[in-house]
Amino acid sequence: MPNRGKRDDPAFRMSRRKMMKGVAAVLGAIALPAKDAPASVWESFFQKNFRELSPQELKGVLARLEKEYSEKYKKAVTVRANPPIEGILFGYGLDLSRCIGCRRCVYACVGENNQSRDPQIHWIRVLQLNKERGVDLEDAQQYYNPAKVPETGHFYMPVQCQQCELPPCTKVCPVQATWKERDGIVVVDYNWCIGCRYCMAACPYGARHFNWKKPGLPAAEMNPETHYLGNRPRPVGVVEKCTFCVQRVRNTPGRYTACVEICPVGARKFGNLLDPESEIRYIIENKRVFILKEDLNTRPKFYYFYAT
Amino acid sequence: MPTKMIWGFFKGTLSLVAKGSKAYYVWVFTLLCFMGIGFLAYLYQLQHGLIVTGMRDQVSWGFYISNFTFLVGVAAAAVLLVIPAYVYHWKPLKEVAVLGEMLAVSAMVMCLLFVTVDIGRPDRFWHLIPKIGILNFPQSLLSWDVVVLNVYLVLNLTISVYILYNLYLKREPNMSFTTPLLLFSIPAAVSIHTVTAFLYNGLSARPFWNASILAPRFLASAFCSGPALMIILFQLIRKYTRIEIRNEAIFKVAELIAYSMFINLFLLGAEVFKEFYSNTVHLAPLQYLLEGLKGHNDLVPYIWTAMIFNVSAFFLFLIPQTRENYVTLNIGCVLIIIGVYIEKGMGLVIPGLVPDTLGEIYEYSPTGIEILLTMGIWATGLFVYTLLLRVAVPILTGEFFVGGDGRTAVIVDTEFIRRVDHLAEQSYRD
Repeated sequence: MPNRGKRDDPAFRMSRRKMMKGVAAVLGAIALPAKDAPASVWESFFQKNFRELSPQELKGVLARLEKEYSEKYKKAVTVRANPPIEGILFGYGLDLSRCIGCRRCVYACVGENNQSRDPQIHWIRVLQLNKERGVDLEDAQQYYNPAKVPETGHFYMPVQCQQCELPPCTKVCPVQATWKERDGIVVVDYNWCIGCRYCMAACPYGARHFNWKKPGLPAAEMNPETHYLGNRPRPVGVVEKCTFCVQRVRNTPGRYTACVEICPVGARKFGNLLDPESEIRYIIENKRVFILKEDLNTRPKFYYFYAT
Repeated sequence: MPTKMIWGFFKGTLSLVAKGSKAYYVWVFTLLCFMGIGFLAYLYQLQHGLIVTGMRDQVSWGFYISNFTFLVGVAAAAVLLVIPAYVYHWKPLKEVAVLGEMLAVSAMVMCLLFVTVDIGRPDRFWHLIPKIGILNFPQSLLSWDVVVLNVYLVLNLTISVYILYNLYLKREPNMSFTTPLLLFSIPAAVSIHTVTAFLYNGLSARPFWNASILAPRFLASAFCSGPALMIILFQLIRKYTRIEIRNEAIFKVAELIAYSMFINLFLLGAEVFKEFYSNTVHLAPLQYLLEGLKGHNDLVPYIWTAMIFNVSAFFLFLIPQTRENYVTLNIGCVLIIIGVYIEKGMGLVIPGLVPDTLGEIYEYSPTGIEILLTMGIWATGLFVYTLLLRVAVPILTGEFFVGGDGRTAVIVDTEFIRRVDHLAEQSYRD
C-alpha cells in the first residue's frame, strides 16, 4: 500500500475521524445506526479498510468482532487475521475423472465457512455435464437430483472461486474492498464492501455470492474458528466467496480445505504451487490439465485434470 | 450587498415554488404521493434486504441499473442539443441550453438515486469518497462513473444557475464564463455515456456487453431518446409559458433523431449479424433476448416491441410530412422513448447476465417493490425538474427579476401554468 504510512499518521487519522463525523451528521440517512446504538456499532461504522488498519487497530477490531459473535452465537468465537505465509502460493486440482457429483463438498463448505442456510448460499456449484458434449457450460445442469449419482452418460464439474492470478473481480471494485493476497487467495473485507455487485458481473465463474437477506446461520451450526477475511459471519448486503478455507490453511500449514477433506473419491487436491515436491505440482506437470475459460486470461490457480 | 441580493433571490424562488395554478398544485401533490410511496418501498427494502427485489446471484443487476443506464443517456443527450442550437443559430439558444441542462440535472439526480437504492450497503456510501474512503480510481470503471456523473451534475447546475441568476439581475450572463463551460459540457456529456458503456463493455465475463460496438450504440440511442423527450418538453413549455420555441427548431431536432436512429439501427444490425452468422458460444445472450432460449422468453415480447417502435419512429422522423405534423411527430417521440427505454434498459442489462457465466438461465422480472421504488425515483426526477422550471421559466420570460432596490425579488405572474383563456391569444404560433 503506497499511502499506508500517510494514513497511519495520527494527524491524518484525526482529521479523517472528524470529517467522517461531519459527513455522518449531514447524511442523517435512515440507513445509519440509531443515536442510541451501542458504541461498537459506531466503531464498526467508522472502521477503516482492512489493509489500512494498524496492528493496534486490527487487534481492537478482532476483539470487538469476537465479543459481538460470541454474544450472538453463545459460544467462544475466535476471529483471527493470520497474514499470508511467505513461500506459499496456493493451488487447487480437481480430477474430473473421479468426481461423482455427490455434492458433499458443497455442504462441507457451507458448514466450515458459515454460509447462510436461509437463504442458502453455496460457494461450490457442481455442474452435471454430458459426456457427449464435453465441457459445454450452455449444456450444464446445476439442479440435478437423481436418487443415485453418478448418472450414466454424465460427468461432473464442481466450480468455485478459481483464485485467478489476474482476477477481473478485484479490478472493478470501486472501493478496493476485495483483493488478491500474496498467497494467491482472493478475499473480501465484509466491513468495507458497499454491495454494488460489480465484482459479480465481472467474475467469469459465478464464484461470488451476495447476501440478499440477513444470513440465516443457526447458532448450533456456527463454526467458531474464524478468519476476518474468511468464514466469519457476514452482514447483509455484502459479497462473499470461496477463500480456500483461509482460516484453516493459514493457521495450520499443510492442512486441507474442508472440500478436499470431505471428498469421498479423492478428486480434490490442494497444495503449494511454489513447492516442487507438492502433489499439485506433480499433477500439473504429469496429468492432462486444463483451466476454465482460458481465453479470458484470468490465469486461474484452479486446475481441472483427468487422472485416469 | 451580494448576500442580501442572494437572500432576496432565494426568498423569491421559495415563494415561486410555493405558488402556482391549481394544475401545478395537483401535479406537485401527485408527484409527492409517488415519492412518498417510493420512500416507503425503500424503507421496506432496507429493512428486509435486496431479497425483496427479483435480483439473485445469477442476475445481480436488474430494474434499478436498467433505469440508471437509460437516464444517463437522457442526461447526456439533453445537453448535446446545445450543439445544433449553436450550429443552426436558434434564437432561443439560452433557453434551449438552460432547459436541457436542467433536464440533465434532474436525470443525474435520478441516476444517483437509482445507484443508491441498488447498493447493498448505502450506509457505507462514504467509502467512495476519496481521502475519507478509498475510490479505486482509475482501476474501476465504476469509480470513473462516480467522478464523471458528479462532475457533470455540478457542471450543469453551475451553468444553469449562473445564467438564470444573471438574467434575474437583468444582466447579460458573462459569456466568457459560460461559453467555455457550455463547450466543456459537450465532451462531458459524451464522456458520461461512454464511461457508463465502458462499465459494461470492460467485462470479459459477459460476451453480450464485451463488444466494442457498445459505446457507439449507447451514444446513438441516447441521441434518440434524449431529444425525443426534449421535443415533448419544448412543446409543453411553449404551450403553457411565454417562452417561444420555433417550429424549425423542433423539426430540426426531429431530423437529427432520424439520423441517430438510423445509426442506432445500423449498429444493432451489425451486432446481430456478427453474432448469428459466426454462431459462437457468445450467441446465447442475444438468442435469449431476441428469440428466447430453451423455452425461456420473458424478454422477447419487450424487445420486439422496442424494435417495432424504433423502426416505426425512424420512418416517421425520416419523412418530412410526418416529421412536421405534430400528431405523427409526437407519436414518434413516444415510440422512441419507450423503444429506447426497453432497449437500453432491461434489453441491455438483463441479457448481459442471462444465461449466467455457468450457463444457468434465471428469468428476472422486477418485483412490486422494485416498480414502486422506481416510480418514486421517476417522480423525484420530475419533481426536481418541475421546481427548476418553476423558477427558470419566469426568469427566462422576464416575469421574475430583481426590483429597483437591487434586493427584493419581483414576481409578475404567480401562475406557473397560464390559464387556458390565455392560450387563445397565443394561437398565432400554430
